Formats: sequence, structure tokens, C-alpha cells
Amino acid sequence: MKLIKTSIIAAALTLSTGVAVAQEGIDDPTRAPYYESFIGKKVAYVPVAMGFDLTEGWAAGLKEALEPLGVTFDIRDPNWSTDAGAQAITSLISEKPDVIVVHNPDVQSYARLLKKAEEAGIYVVQVNMRSSYSTDVFVGADYVGMGEKIGQRLVDVCSPANGGSGKVAITQGVLTAAASIYQMQGISNVLSKHPEIQLVSNQAADWDATKAKNIAATVIQQNPDLCAITGFWDVMDVGTAAAIKESGKNVYLLTQGGGNRMACDGLANGTYSEVVVYFVPGQARDMATMIKQLLQLKQPAGTTKTTLFTPLTFLTKDNMTPASCWDLPAKK
Amino acid sequence: MQVFAGLSQERIVFGLALLLCILFAVALPGFLTADNILNLVRSVSILGILGVAMGLVVIGRGIDLSLVSLMAVSVAWTLSLIGRDMPLAEALAIGLVFSLFIGAVNGWLVGYVEVPAIFATLAMGTLVYGFGRYFLFDLDVVYMPDSALQILWLGQGKLFGIPVPIFVFAVVCLVGYLFLRYARSGRYLRAIGDNLLAARVAGVPARPIIVLQYVLSSLIGYIAGIVTAGSVASMNTRLAISTYVYDVILVVVLGGIGLSGGKGNIRNVIVGTLLIGVLLNGMTIMDIQYTVQNVIKGIILLTAIMIDTILNPRDEQTAQQGDI
Repeated sequence: MKLIKTSIIAAALTLSTGVAVAQEGIDDPTRAPYYESFIGKKVAYVPVAMGFDLTEGWAAGLKEALEPLGVTFDIRDPNWSTDAGAQAITSLISEKPDVIVVHNPDVQSYARLLKKAEEAGIYVVQVNMRSSYSTDVFVGADYVGMGEKIGQRLVDVCSPANGGSGKVAITQGVLTAAASIYQMQGISNVLSKHPEIQLVSNQAADWDATKAKNIAATVIQQNPDLCAITGFWDVMDVGTAAAIKESGKNVYLLTQGGGNRMACDGLANGTYSEVVVYFVPGQARDMATMIKQLLQLKQPAGTTKTTLFTPLTFLTKDNMTPASCWDLPAKK
Repeated sequence: MQVFAGLSQERIVFGLALLLCILFAVALPGFLTADNILNLVRSVSILGILGVAMGLVVIGRGIDLSLVSLMAVSVAWTLSLIGRDMPLAEALAIGLVFSLFIGAVNGWLVGYVEVPAIFATLAMGTLVYGFGRYFLFDLDVVYMPDSALQILWLGQGKLFGIPVPIFVFAVVCLVGYLFLRYARSGRYLRAIGDNLLAARVAGVPARPIIVLQYVLSSLIGYIAGIVTAGSVASMNTRLAISTYVYDVILVVVLGGIGLSGGKGNIRNVIVGTLLIGVLLNGMTIMDIQYTVQNVIKGIILLTAIMIDTILNPRDEQTAQQGDI
């Protein structure tokens, strides 16, 4: 009896203390170190250029995630000049920010500089276009895998077995860009197994719509039974779409991009047949998460190498929803 | 060599273009079809329109390196104004006035302040691009809003089965030809290009004509820009920092308009444009890799210029004045 009484009292006491503590609140022990690890940190961002959907989207996402934590976010815009970009990274190495987020114009140019930056103790995050040198983090599409999936789509759409003519064309951007090299690898992996698919043209258009249009117009002219064109960027493929429309032919246009609103508009009005989307706000969030982890772990730069491939969505008119695409934040 | 004497660069280039045409026609099935020839001319008609603008300036012994930059920025601004719900006509007018104003400033710098044209327009091109990029629009590529669909016709439409850009090119060429041949200011322009001092002594109002020269080039540039925008339903302002303006100069020089001024006509622009068009079209049909295309293009252009230099050596006057 006594035992029961004691335990009831004990239980009551524990309960009441518990209640008392709950009323005051207990502090989350990870909270203070979490916030402390970001105060005064600097993140520098070197895209190939600001002023287009991808780089603006990443910048907006990173800013939104990091600035409220007290991290300074600094954009160095080389405006399509690889030299200016290399210079920006060189001067950043001596300024020593905590993290550099870099968007490589090609696989070679920045490789040595990125190594130097890591040796100087700066974490390096690469986005979407990889350098030949792997750094702490890469966030972006798996371009070889993406190429394979695109190759497979071309086979599905155009194979004579499925009623297509088997003739396809490719419009690349710049031949040396990681996005082009790796994707071509992926597409070739698939097409080499499908001799019934004939690659009638494989050209580069410098990411420019006018060049893409002229190439597409000529290719359609020469191959009136062309089944599909796959282009490597939706912004450039506005030109490809114009050529298809002018020819009056029914050519399947499979393009790709960051899923900006314009891609969905293009699907809705028939400019594109299908868009492969690597969702830019998702990539920005991945980068921000990795940066937060690096800053909390406090390991020396270059200790770990993480690759985060962005999930891909194949959007068509039928499967897209209003949430499939994102809008650029209005500029102040 | 005697046999070839008197062959002007224009004829050499025209001959080269014909030769390439015959080669391609024999070797490439589908090259010599009406549709492909139309497509070929359409694809270079914007380059040709810009060539006429540059040609007029070069004949007047100037050069306009801000041509492409100004075209991109003024048209991109027009499109972004339309995107902000401005009526089409009003936006077009604002873009045009902006373009003409910058052209006039170019002319004033060259004609009155006497800054060498190459520096004045080089700096102006950079200034205009920077200004536009910072103040006028947010993104590199400005899309055509749905309310501007009339412009699309200029770039994508067809008239009697022929693409509209070809008509625009033809009209610009015709007007340019008539201007140089019959307008008094057109003849003054050539006189200034030939010998500025002599023209001035003879009573030609040299400075106003120089201003006119750059205003004309900005006007034609704006037309080319609108056709470009219509053609791909967007304006890529990155053109301003690309090497496109050198392609335009190439068309002009290749056709045989001497950079020393006073020589040449609209015909030369047409011939230069056609050679480039035939080359690009043929190489695309053959699916030649892009980098190799540049090599071939470079070799053919150098050959044309070399043949010209051998057949038409520099005379005393060019030696004194230099090429620009």
C-alpha cells in the first residue's frame, strides 16, 4: 500500500514538474549553434551570366534561403565572358568568402581555379554545369542520364515501329558546355542500339534562337519527313519552334530547361511538344541545404564530395499543372 | 593575269557564290529547289538588311560598330514596353525614336566632335547595351508578348508564297539604291566618303550629312531588329556582345565596299550576303560540325579578299588614307 502511495506521489510530482517545465519551455539544444554557424558567413555566386531564367532563379532561391540567416550573398556577374568569370574567381580566392557557388561555362576553364579555391579553404558548390574538377558539392541534372532518357523518348516517338519516320535532328548549344557533351554521350548510348533511328543533323546554335531557327529550317527543308528535333535549351528553341511552325510540318519538338513559366506557356500554346525540366527552385534549395550542412560541419574544404542529381520531369501539355512551372520574382 | 584585270571584288565574290551554288546543286540533292533557295535567302535577309545599313555608313567613310547593339536594345525595349501593356504603335514609336536619337548622337560625335567613327561607335555600343540591360529590361532574352502578334508577320509571314523578311530586305535594298543614286544627300554621302576635304571645299554640308549617315543606319538597324523579333518571337540582347556586328562588316567588305570609303553600292551588299547564305545553307545540309564550319567560312572569306588584293592592288590614294 505504501509502495503504491509513494509511486502515486512520485508520479504526481514528476507530472507537475513536467508541466512546470513545459510552461517555461525548454531550449532546443541545436538551435543556438545552428544560427551561430551562419552569422557573418559569406557566399559568393559566379554564374555564366545573370539575366536569364536559370541563373536568376538560383540567385533568388539562394538569397531567400541564406540571407535571413545572416549570410551575405554576393553576385559576381561575368556576363558570358569566361575571362571575366575566371578573374572573379581569382579575386574571390584572395577575398576568402566561405562558399563559392559556381556555374561553369565549360568543363575546362575554371577547373584549376576551383581546385585552388578549395585549397584556400573555400567550399565550392557547382551548379548544373560541371567542371572536370569535382568539388565539395555538385547540384544539377544528370546530363548523361538525361541524354539517355531523351534518346529513349526519340526512339519511342519516332521509331518506324510506332509509325514515325525514324529521322531525328539535334540542336546543341555550345559544343564544349558540359550540358552538351554529357547529353550527347547519353543520346548516343541509346541511339547506337537503335539503328532504325537516323540522326540527320547534329548542329550547334550557340544558344541563339535565330541560329537555331535557320538550322531547323534547312534541316526540315532537306528532310520533309523529319520526325523530331531535340534542342538543348527552351529559350533557344523558340527559334526551332518558329521554323517548324513556318514549315507547316508536324515535327515533334522535345526541348529542356529550368521549368520557368515560359516553358509551360510554350507547351500550352503548342510551341513545344515536350519539355524536360530540371526544377530550378528545387536546385536552389538543394544548394542552400548543402551550404548549410557544410557551414555546420566545419570540415576543411574538399573533404567530402557530394553529388545531388536533380530529378527530371518530362512535361507535356497533358501532364502539366499550374505548379509545374515557376515564376521569376519581380525585380526591385 | 591580264585576262582577270578589271574583275572587281564584287564579281569575284559573285563568281565564288555561283561556283559554290553549282557545286552544291550537283553534290547535294535538294539544294537547288525553290523552297530551299527561298529558305536560304530568308535566313540571311536580316544580315543583308544590316549590311545595307553598314554599307551606307562605310561608303561615307565611317563605320558603325554600335549597329547590332543598338538594334538589340531598342527592339528589346519596345518588346518589354508592349509586355507592360503599352499599345503596339506607341511602343514601336518609342523604340524607334530611341534608336534614331542614339544614331544622331553617334553622328554628332563623329561629325562635330570629330571622334574617329570606330571609337565613337564602339563606345556607344557598349554604353547602349549596358544602359539597356540595367534600366530598360531585366532579362537577356525578351519575349514577344501576345499583344504584339502583328510583328510576327514581318518575321514569319508569307506574301505570294515568299517569306516576308525577303521582301523587307528587297525594299530596304531598293530604297538604299535609290537614295545613293538619286537623292542629293545620297550623292553627297558618297562624295564625303571619297574625299571629305574636297567635298567640303565644293560646298557639301559635310557635318549634317555625317549625322544623317548614322541616323539612317540606326533606322535600318531598327527595321532589321523588328524583323528579327518577329522571326523568333523574342529578342536576344546577347547579340549586342556577340561577334554578329563583325559578320555584318564582313558581308559589306566581302561584297567589295572598300573600308576607305566612297566605293561600292547596294549591289555589293547583296552579293556578299548571298555568298554567306549559300555557304551556311550548304554546310548545314551537309551537317558539317559547327567549329569546322567556322574554319571553312574563314578560309573562303580570306580567299576572296586575297584574290581581290592581288587583282586590285592598293592605289596611291588608299595608301595615303589607309583602310579605315
